[in-house]
Amino acid sequence: MKKLEVNVHHLTRVEGHGNIKVRAADGKIEELKLEIVESPRFFESMLVGRYIDEVPHITARICGICALGHTTASVRAAENALGWEAPEEVMWLRRLLMDGETLQSHILHVCFLVAPDFFNVGSVIPLASTHPEVVKMALRLKKAANEMCDILVGRKIHPVSMAPGGFTYWPTRKDLRRVKELLEGARPDLDETVRLFAGLEPPALDSPAEYVGLRSEGDRYEFVQGRVTSTTGESVEEGDYLKFLTERTVDHSTARHAATKRGNYAVGALARYKLNHDRLTPWAADAAKKLRLAPKTTNPFDNNAAQVVESLQAVDEGIEMLDRLFKVKNPPVFKPLGKRAGKGVAAVEVPRGILFHQYETNDEGVVVNANCVIPTAQNQANIEMDLHRFVPALLAKGKNQDEITRACEMLVRAYDPCISCSVHFLEVEVV
Amino acid sequence: MSKPKIGVFSFASCEGCQLQILNIEHELLDLLGRIEIVNFREAIDEKRDDYAIALVEGSIVTESDAEEVKAIRAKAAFLATIGACAVTTGLNGMRNSIAARDAWKRVYPDRDFDTNVAPEVRRVSEVVKVDFEIPGCPIDRGELLYVIGILLQGQVPRLPTTPVCDECRRAGNPCLLDRGIYCFGSIARSGCRAVCPAYGESCCACRGLLPEAPIEELVEILDQKGYSREEVIVRLNQFNSGDDQIRPLTGELVRLRKEVAV
Repeated sequence: MKKLEVNVHHLTRVEGHGNIKVRAADGKIEELKLEIVESPRFFESMLVGRYIDEVPHITARICGICALGHTTASVRAAENALGWEAPEEVMWLRRLLMDGETLQSHILHVCFLVAPDFFNVGSVIPLASTHPEVVKMALRLKKAANEMCDILVGRKIHPVSMAPGGFTYWPTRKDLRRVKELLEGARPDLDETVRLFAGLEPPALDSPAEYVGLRSEGDRYEFVQGRVTSTTGESVEEGDYLKFLTERTVDHSTARHAATKRGNYAVGALARYKLNHDRLTPWAADAAKKLRLAPKTTNPFDNNAAQVVESLQAVDEGIEMLDRLFKVKNPPVFKPLGKRAGKGVAAVEVPRGILFHQYETNDEGVVVNANCVIPTAQNQANIEMDLHRFVPALLAKGKNQDEITRACEMLVRAYDPCISCSVHFLEVEVV
Repeated sequence: MSKPKIGVFSFASCEGCQLQILNIEHELLDLLGRIEIVNFREAIDEKRDDYAIALVEGSIVTESDAEEVKAIRAKAAFLATIGACAVTTGLNGMRNSIAARDAWKRVYPDRDFDTNVAPEVRRVSEVVKVDFEIPGCPIDRGELLYVIGILLQGQVPRLPTTPVCDECRRAGNPCLLDRGIYCFGSIARSGCRAVCPAYGESCCACRGLLPEAPIEELVEILDQKGYSREEVIVRLNQFNSGDDQIRPLTGELVRLRKEVAV
C-alpha cells in the first residue's frame, strides 16, 4: 500500500499562518485540509462601540498588504450607511490609489513570493546574486507603487487621508506630476516582467471552477465599484451580496458550516480577468496574449499570469485617472459626514479578490454591527477542491512525497492567500 | 567575519511591519549584504534557529503565542519588538474592554470557545524581556533602517521622546485643534514626522503616549471644542488601551460597549 503524507506547517512566502495537510493511500485521498491557524484578533467585536469615522483606520489594520483596499471598502460602506455619494473626482482618486495597491501587491507576489519556485530556490534572497536584474526590476516597480501611495495618502501601509466623505488631503499638481512620472517610468520594467513570466511554464492543472468578482456598467475593468458578478452569469448589487452568496451556498450544502464558507468559488486576479477581459487596455490585452492567458482557462495557476496582466492594466488606468485629476479646477473640500444611524455595504476588488464590508450605526454614529468577508475566506474551499484534483494527478504521474509537497505549496501560493486577513472573519453570519 | 543573523517573527498583527522590511526597497540589497536573514516566514522558506537578533511583530493573544515568544527569547541574544501591536498592544488591545468569551461569541457564534485564547491581549514585554522597541502603526521604514544600522555598529539606538506637536509645528502644518478637530499630538510620542496631521488627519497616538502625558488637560481643551469626555476616551483607547495612563479610564468605556453589545 502506497502512502502519502503532506504536512506543511506554517506555509512560507504567504501572508499569515496556514498549514496544508494531505493524507492519501493507494492514490486515494483520506484527509485533505488547508488549515488557517492565525491567532484571532476579533475585529468585528472590536468595531462594535467605535465611532464610524474611526472604522476605516481600524479596518486598514486587518491587513498590511491590502490596507488601501480595506480602507476603500470601509469608507464606501460607511458612506453608504450615512447616505452620502462620493463625487466623481473622489472616485477617480480612489481608483488611482487602488491601481497603486494592485501594482504593489501583484509585483510583490509574483516576483518575490512566486518566482523563487521557478528558479528552484527558497526565497528571493539567492536571486539577488543569481538574477540581480530581475530583483532590481521588481524592487523598482514596488518602490514606484509605494511612493505613489505615500505621496497621495501619506502612507501605503495604513493610508492617512482617506475618510468617509472623501479625502482630508487633496493632492497638489506637483504630487500628481510626480505620480505620473512614477507610473510612466514603470512601463519598461512591466514589459520586462511580461517577458520574464512568458518564459515560465506554470504547473498543469485542470480544475474548472466558478469565479466571482465585480463587473460594472460601462467599459471599465473594475476594481472599485460594480455589481457582484459570477462567471455563471448571475449578478447582484453590492448591498445584496449576502443573498447572492447564500443562494450559492445552498446549492452546495445545507450544513451551516459549509453555508458560512459560502461554498466553492474563486476570487482574485483570475476571477476579474475572466469577468472583465474584454475591457483590458491594448497594452494589457497584448500582455495577456504573450502570457498565453486564455479567458476560459481552467488552471488556477494562471492566477499569477492574470496578476501580471493586471499590473499593466493598473498603470494604464492610473494614468487615465491622473489625466482626469489634472483637470479638476476646484478640488472637493472635505467635510466630516457627522453622526447618524444607518446601514451600508460596499464591495471592492482588493488584489486577492472581492472584499465586502458591512456596517450598522446607531444615531450617535456608533457601530452596533459589523461584518467583513475577506477574499481568502472565500477562496479556501476552492483551494481545497483544487488540491483534491491536483494530488491524485500528481500521484498518477509517480511524483514523490517531496515533489507533491512542493507542488501543493505552489498551488496554495498561486492564490496569493492573505491569511491574517481571512482568519478574523472565517464565518459569515447569514442574516 | 560572518554576518549577524536575524529572525523575523509575527504574532497577532496585520503583518504590515514585517512588510516594511521588504518595503525598504532600494536599501534592501545593501542590507542583505550586511545581515543574514535566517527565519522570515512571509518571505523565505528557510526556518533556522541560529538567529542572534529577533525582530518580533504582533501582540500576544493566545497561550501558544506566549510559549512561542518565550522560545524565541531563549534563542535570541537581542530581541526587538516592531510596531504598535507588539510594543503597546496597539489596536488589538481594544479587545480587552470586553471578556474574551464575548468577543469570541460575536465572531464565531456557532463554535465553542477556544481555551487557547488568552483572557487578555498582551504586549510582548508583558511576557518576555524586550531589549528595544520600535513603535508605530506601521513602523517607519527610515527608523527601522536607522535602528538596524546602529545595532550593527554595536551601539544602542535612540528614538525621539518629544510630542508629535513638536514635529508637526516644525513641519508647518496647520493645527487641527485650532480648526476645532480633535488631535492627540500633544500627548503622543513623535518620530512619525507628523504624517497624519500633515495629511489633514488627527494624530491618534499610534506610537504610544508620552510618560506623564497631560491627558486631563487635553480632555478639557477638547471639551471646549465639543468633544465629550466619553468620546475622547473611546478615541484614546483605539491605540493606547494598554497604556497604564489610559487603563484606569477605560472603565468609563463600559457604558458605550454595553449598550451596543450583543
